[in-house]
Amino acid sequence: MGMRKVAVVGAGMTKFVRRAQETGKELAWQASRMALGSCELTLDDIEAICLGTAPDSFDGVHMKAEYLSDGAGGWGKPFMRSYVGGGTGVFAPIQGWYHVASGLFDVVLVVCEEKMSSYHPHAQGAFLTIFDHTTERALKPNLLWIFALEMNRYMQTYGISKEDIARVAVKNKRNAADHPCALLGDPDITIQDVLNSEVLAWPVNRLDVSPVSDGAVALVLAAEHVAKRVTDKPVWIQGVGWSLDTAYWANRDLAYPRYVEYAARMAYEMAGIKEPRKEIHIVEPYDPFDYKELHHLEGLLLADRGQAPRLTADGVTARDGDMPVCPSGGLLGVGNPIAAAGLMKVAELFWQLRGEASARQVPGQPKRGLAQAWGDLMQVGTVVILGINP
Amino acid sequence: MDERVGIIGVGWAGYRPLTPEVSYKELMYEAAVKAYADAGVDPRRDVDSFVTVAEDFIEGTSIFDEYVPDQIGGVLKPVHTIGGDGLHGLATGVMLILTGQAEIVVVEGHSKASNVLTLPHIVAYAQDPILNRPLGWHSSFIAGMEMNRYLFDTGTTIEECGSVVVKNRRNALRNPLAAYGADLDLEEALDGPPLAWPLGERMAAEHADGAIVVVLASAERAEALCEKPVWVLGVGWCNGAASLESREWTYPVYIEAAARQAYRQAGIRQPRLAIDFAEIDDTYAYKELQHMEALGLCRPGEAGALVEEGATEPEGELPVNVSGGSLGMGDLLDANGLARALEAVLQLRGEAGPRQLEEVEIGLVQSWRGVPTTSGAVAVLAN
Repeated sequence: MGMRKVAVVGAGMTKFVRRAQETGKELAWQASRMALGSCELTLDDIEAICLGTAPDSFDGVHMKAEYLSDGAGGWGKPFMRSYVGGGTGVFAPIQGWYHVASGLFDVVLVVCEEKMSSYHPHAQGAFLTIFDHTTERALKPNLLWIFALEMNRYMQTYGISKEDIARVAVKNKRNAADHPCALLGDPDITIQDVLNSEVLAWPVNRLDVSPVSDGAVALVLAAEHVAKRVTDKPVWIQGVGWSLDTAYWANRDLAYPRYVEYAARMAYEMAGIKEPRKEIHIVEPYDPFDYKELHHLEGLLLADRGQAPRLTADGVTARDGDMPVCPSGGLLGVGNPIAAAGLMKVAELFWQLRGEASARQVPGQPKRGLAQAWGDLMQVGTVVILGINP
Repeated sequence: MDERVGIIGVGWAGYRPLTPEVSYKELMYEAAVKAYADAGVDPRRDVDSFVTVAEDFIEGTSIFDEYVPDQIGGVLKPVHTIGGDGLHGLATGVMLILTGQAEIVVVEGHSKASNVLTLPHIVAYAQDPILNRPLGWHSSFIAGMEMNRYLFDTGTTIEECGSVVVKNRRNALRNPLAAYGADLDLEEALDGPPLAWPLGERMAAEHADGAIVVVLASAERAEALCEKPVWVLGVGWCNGAASLESREWTYPVYIEAAARQAYRQAGIRQPRLAIDFAEIDDTYAYKELQHMEALGLCRPGEAGALVEEGATEPEGELPVNVSGGSLGMGDLLDANGLARALEAVLQLRGEAGPRQLEEVEIGLVQSWRGVPTTSGAVAVLAN
C-alpha cells in the first residue's frame, strides 16, 4: 500500500511523583524538551502538536488542553487534544500517527500530561462524575468498586486466586526498581506484602492498584524521509487500533475485554501480524490494577482466556522470559499519571527496541512490541504496535 | 491535498434555546440517523471510524467519551473524542481518511447548553487558574476588552459591529434551523445594557441546543455513494498564545495561520477572489469582523466598512453568515464549526431553500473556541 510510514524518533519523560511542584504546563514542557533534545530537534522543527490528558476535573480547568497548549509547545501551531479516558495515553500516539500518515505533516510532537495531585482531597473524586447521571450516579459508585466487580468476575469465571493476581504486582514493582522515573519500584516486595495490604474494595487490596501520580511523557513522530535523516534507529509504528464498547457496562460480561480484542485485531491486521504470540516480543499492556494486565493479555490474544495467570506464574512474562510483559514496571511500578502512564508504555517500547533501556533492557534484541491502554467505563481499548522494521 | 475527501451526508437536530423533551443522546441520534440516511450508509456496516467533539465540563460528565458510541452506532468500533471544535473533528476525519486506513468516517458535534445551569461560571473555568481566575472575570469582560482594543487599533466603530448583528439575525429569519432570527434595525441592535463596554448585550450570541453529524468518505467511495459530494479542499487549525497576557488582542494570528494551512492545501492564493461565501465565527459581533480580516477576505480594519456597505449581505459580493451565524442560529458551543460546515454543504448542494445563494462553488467555514482560547479552525469546501 502507498501508506506513509511513521516512525518514533525521540522520547522524553519526567519522573512520576506523588506531588509535583511543577504545574501541568511545566511538566508538559519538561517532557517535550527532553523528547526534542533526544533527537536533536527544536520546537521550530515541529509542525503540529497532539496532546493527551485525562479529565479536566483533575485540574479544575475547563478546556484544559487550551490551558496546557503553550506548555506542550502548541503556540502558533496546529494543536489538538484527543481523548478516550484512560486509553488516551496510547491513543495520543495514534493521533500523532494519523497526523503524519495523512500527509498533512512531517514531524509532530505527542505530549501526554497528567497532574492528579491538585485534586483535593483525592483524585478519585474526579471519577464520581464519570457515571451515567440518571441510572448510576445516584448510587455513588466509584472506580475501585466497579473494578472490584470486574476483578471478582474474572476470578470467579476462571477460578483464579488472589495470589495469582498479586504475582503481577510483585513482578511489575520489582521491574520498576530499575526505572529511573519510577515512583513505586521495590526490588524486595513479595506476594505476602500485596495480600497483606489493606482491602480497599474486596478483592482489591491497596497494592493491587497503582496510585495517582503526576508526570508527563512526550514522543517525536516523523515521516519516513525525516526519520531517516534524524536518526539511524527509527522505531516504526506498524499498527494501530482502537475500539469503544457501549456505555452500558453493566450489560456486559466483565470477564473478557472484547473491545481490547477488537482494537488488537485492527492493529494486527494493519501490522500484518497473523500469530501475535510469536510475532510480538515485548508487551506493555495497561496495568492500573494487577488483574488488568492478565485480563488485557487475554484480550490481546496473547494468552488463552483464563490462562494469563499461568504465564505469570511460569515466568513467561518476566523481563527475561519468553514474552516480557511490562518490563518498564508498568503503572503498578512506575506510577499512574493517567494519560502520561499510557504514553510511558509506548516510550518504553521505543527505548527497548533501540536497545537503550539500560538495566530494564529485555534480552534477545526484540524486534517488535505492543503497548495497550484501556479506559472510559471499562470500555475502550487502544493499541499501538512498534517495530524496528518499517 | 493530494487525495480529496468528500462530504457525502449531513444530518442535524435543533437548533433551539431549550429542548426539554429530548436528551443530548436523542439529539445526537436524530442528527446521526438523518446523516446516515442522507449518505446512504449503515453505521454498523460501512463506517470505519467515528469522531466526536466535546468538553467534559459542558457535558457535566468526566470522560464524556464514554457516552458517545451507543446513539451514533459506534459500539465496538473505533470511536474517539477530540477536545476541540467541530472543525477540529472534521479535520481529524479528513486525516483518518487520508491515511488510507479508513474510507468512511463520521464526525459528530452537539450542544445541550440549556442543561447547564451555570454556563458562564463553567466557561470562566477555562481561564488560567493561577493568574486570571482569582480576578473573577466574566468571559464577556475579556471579550469586551478585546473588542475595545480592536476598535481602538483599527478605527472600527460600534455601529459597524451593530450592523453585523442586524445582518446575521435578519439572515436567520430565512433559516428554519435558526433559533434567534429577528428583524432589528441598528438602533435596536445596539440597544440594551452593555455586557462589558463596548460589548453590547445583542452583540453576543445566545446559546442553543442542537446536534450535527457529517459523513466523510474517500474520493473513491464518495463518488460511488453520492451524486453530489461536497469536497473538502483544505483544512487548517492553529492555537495562538494560551495566556491572556501574551496574546495579540487586535488581530487573531492563529486564524490567519489556520487559514493559510487550509488555503495552501486548497491551492487558493487570493481568498477574496476564490471564495464565494463564508460561514465564520460570530460568537461576538466584532469577532466576525476580526475573522474576516484574519481569513484574508479583506485588509485589517476594513471588515466593518464592508459589512456596513452591505458587501457581506446574501446578495452582496461576499455573503458572510447567510445561515445567520451564531448570533442568528445560536451559539452551539463546540458544534459551532459543524453547524457552519452544514450550512456550506447545503449551499453548495443547492439545498438551502429560501436563503440559497446563486452560483456558489467554494465556501469557507471557520470556527473559534471562545473566550479565553486562541484556538480556531478553518475548512474550504467546494462542490
